[in-house]
Amino acid sequence: MDLELSNSELAFQAEARAWLAENVPAEPLPSLDTPEGFELHRQWEAKLSAARWSVVSWPEEYHGRAASLVEWIIFEEEYYRAGAPLRVGQNGIFLLSPILFEHGTQEQQDRFLPSMATGDKVWAQCWSEPEAGSDLASLKSTARRDDDRGGWVLNGQKIWCSRAALAHWGFGLFRSDPEALKHAGLTYFLFPLDADGVTVRPIAQLDGEAGFAEVFFDDVFVPDADVLGAPGDGWRVAMSTAGNERGLSLRSPGRFTAAADRLLALYDETPEGPNRTAATDGVVDAWIKAEAYRLYTWGTVSRLKDGGDIGAAGSVNKVWWSELDVALHETALDLLGPDAELESTWLDGYTFSLSGPIYAGTNEIQRNIIAERILGLPREPKGLQR
Amino acid sequence: MRFELTTDQRDFAASLESLLAAADTVAAARAWADGDHDAGLKLWQRLAEQGVTMLATEATPVEVCIAFEALGRHAVPGPWVESAAYLPVALGREVEGIGTVAAPRALDADIADEVYVAVDSALHTATAGAAYVSVDRSRHLFDVTPGGTVEHGDLAAAYDLAVLATAAQLLGAGERVLADAVTYVKQRKQFGREIGSYQAIKHHLADVRIALDFARPLVFGAALDPTPRSVSAAKVACADAAYLASRTGLQVHGAIGYTQEFDLSVWITRIRALVTAWGTPAEHRARILSTLVGA
Ligand SMILES: Cc1cc2nc3c(=O)[nH]c(=O)nc-3n(C[C@H](O)[C@H](O)[C@H](O)COP(=O)(O)OP(=O)(O)OC[C@H]3O[C@@H](n4cnc5c(N)ncnc54)[C@H](O)[C@@H]3O)c2cc1C
Repeated sequence: MDLELSNSELAFQAEARAWLAENVPAEPLPSLDTPEGFELHRQWEAKLSAARWSVVSWPEEYHGRAASLVEWIIFEEEYYRAGAPLRVGQNGIFLLSPILFEHGTQEQQDRFLPSMATGDKVWAQCWSEPEAGSDLASLKSTARRDDDRGGWVLNGQKIWCSRAALAHWGFGLFRSDPEALKHAGLTYFLFPLDADGVTVRPIAQLDGEAGFAEVFFDDVFVPDADVLGAPGDGWRVAMSTAGNERGLSLRSPGRFTAAADRLLALYDETPEGPNRTAATDGVVDAWIKAEAYRLYTWGTVSRLKDGGDIGAAGSVNKVWWSELDVALHETALDLLGPDAELESTWLDGYTFSLSGPIYAGTNEIQRNIIAERILGLPREPKGLQR
Repeated sequence: MRFELTTDQRDFAASLESLLAAADTVAAARAWADGDHDAGLKLWQRLAEQGVTMLATEATPVEVCIAFEALGRHAVPGPWVESAAYLPVALGREVEGIGTVAAPRALDADIADEVYVAVDSALHTATAGAAYVSVDRSRHLFDVTPGGTVEHGDLAAAYDLAVLATAAQLLGAGERVLADAVTYVKQRKQFGREIGSYQAIKHHLADVRIALDFARPLVFGAALDPTPRSVSAAKVACADAAYLASRTGLQVHGAIGYTQEFDLSVWITRIRALVTAWGTPAEHRARILSTLVGA
């Protein structure tokens, strides 16, 4: 058992660190959910991509470095330590691309991956519906076969799609077989958000920014070429993204170890007094929890290297990082004392952290999964299913 | 001993409740946030007619707490704590119109008729300077520059009443979030069942009920005997309980709770701001401790 990085991993780390030190913007970019900030974040993605840092784990022919999982985690750690911008392309890069690699055709990979890597095309995940949140499989949006045109016609409504207010393409599940049982009869589609019949209505989040959107589909035609995986197989295809989202790819440890370091710096500059004293345990606990997450992740990576999969442990992971994030930011606000309510990057981070226990599967659902699949406890009775 | 509101106090609470329930207070708060004060000022006028601005000088702290709980429950915008709790005691008179005071920044100083700041246990008039944006967009905060001193009453008692009024406001806000969350989870279905039927949701909300039930007696106990220790205890307990209500309220609503257009956002952001307004929980805990040990 050891935590030593190999020489090539150390070299990779040094190269990433040096490049980021040179290139990370000195001033934080405006929020990526404003039109101006969105463009600046895309330009940043282009810059990352030109130096082949935007999708390190992808194969070289798609702008990647074929980096190992270990290297990817190293890169993320360096990325957040350097205070680099949020990844506007994250939904495509972290959530869709693994599925494109696994289930996409060669033609789809060639068509979609390069523009995803450069930030030219930003993707939005369109899964949730007003009545289908935690119970995603009860979704009602439909896909009707159109043999004449060789494709499908989408109708219905998606909601809470992050980045969709400004993004170019969406991916989501639609019910292609109305007769089939809940999880069957779903198909995974890719669609441009400016297609005929698509209406995007931005929704302002708690902080007033349109971080997500509602997307309405009114007879939207999607050609067969934009179906991902087999028709009717959408649930199975999609669940590989869910595992990714909860597991590693969405929130790597680097994000939290960097935030814990910033919290320590804030503690250091906070004047003596009750606010600082009371926050002491919270500051240290944030560091401990981030450190635990970092080490836990090396364990996960080791098991994945040996051919294991994340499975229900992704739920353990998700509860941990999301609750750590809330606690860390609450502690920062405690340190800020009477200034806690004023606009600041800490306040922005705090507000965003509040959504962590909701998105990517709520923490109640994760705890149910942990109890049922890991602890083997009996399932809670469910209501009538369709 | 009868630690319950009197019939008159209950009637007062009920009359405020019916006034505020009929007024669109959330719309007033949203407009106030956007710099349109009309609806909020009309509301101010009507509450003043009900006597809310003279409670601090003419009634007891119990009535003050009743009123502020109602203001919190309905998210009424404006410098109520400053104008109707702190200043009447500090100045020894009811404030005609709207007053505010820096604590440490002055709330709504741009629309106040009178602006003050306490410096070294003296009260000064003040002029508003730089503006700040709060997590609660309806709270417009300003730096102030002190002017001349004015005659003043007991500033420590004024501070304590402001702390207590803030606690009562938090209590009302927490109660509102809990009530709305309970309504929501009875009606929202996932997996074919009301989400309120899942034990995870029940226990979350029951914990909020417990926290609020044990914050309330501290508020009214302090109202009967306002001391630095009793009002600080009320503020700490109400901040904790209301904050728990806001976190839980958000969580059980899911994504809809995370939107600005859904009214829950008005209380979530208000509670976050009031938790640290008029003394942070850590400062109040330190104040309590200093009266309990080492004296
Ligand atoms: C910031 C943010 C970004 C998001 N981004 C996206 C995105 O890009 N794409 C997308 O498709 N969606 C996105 N979502 C939506 C997210 O996936 C949903 O919010 C989530 O699945 C929960 O669904 P819901 O909001 O409808 O809540 P509900 O499912 O209605 O849940 C409400 C409450 O009930 C609880 N609950 C439900 N079922 C059970 C049960 N069986 N047992 C116990 N408790 C239960 C939940 O835990 C929650 O507390 C985003 C959400 C947020 C907040």
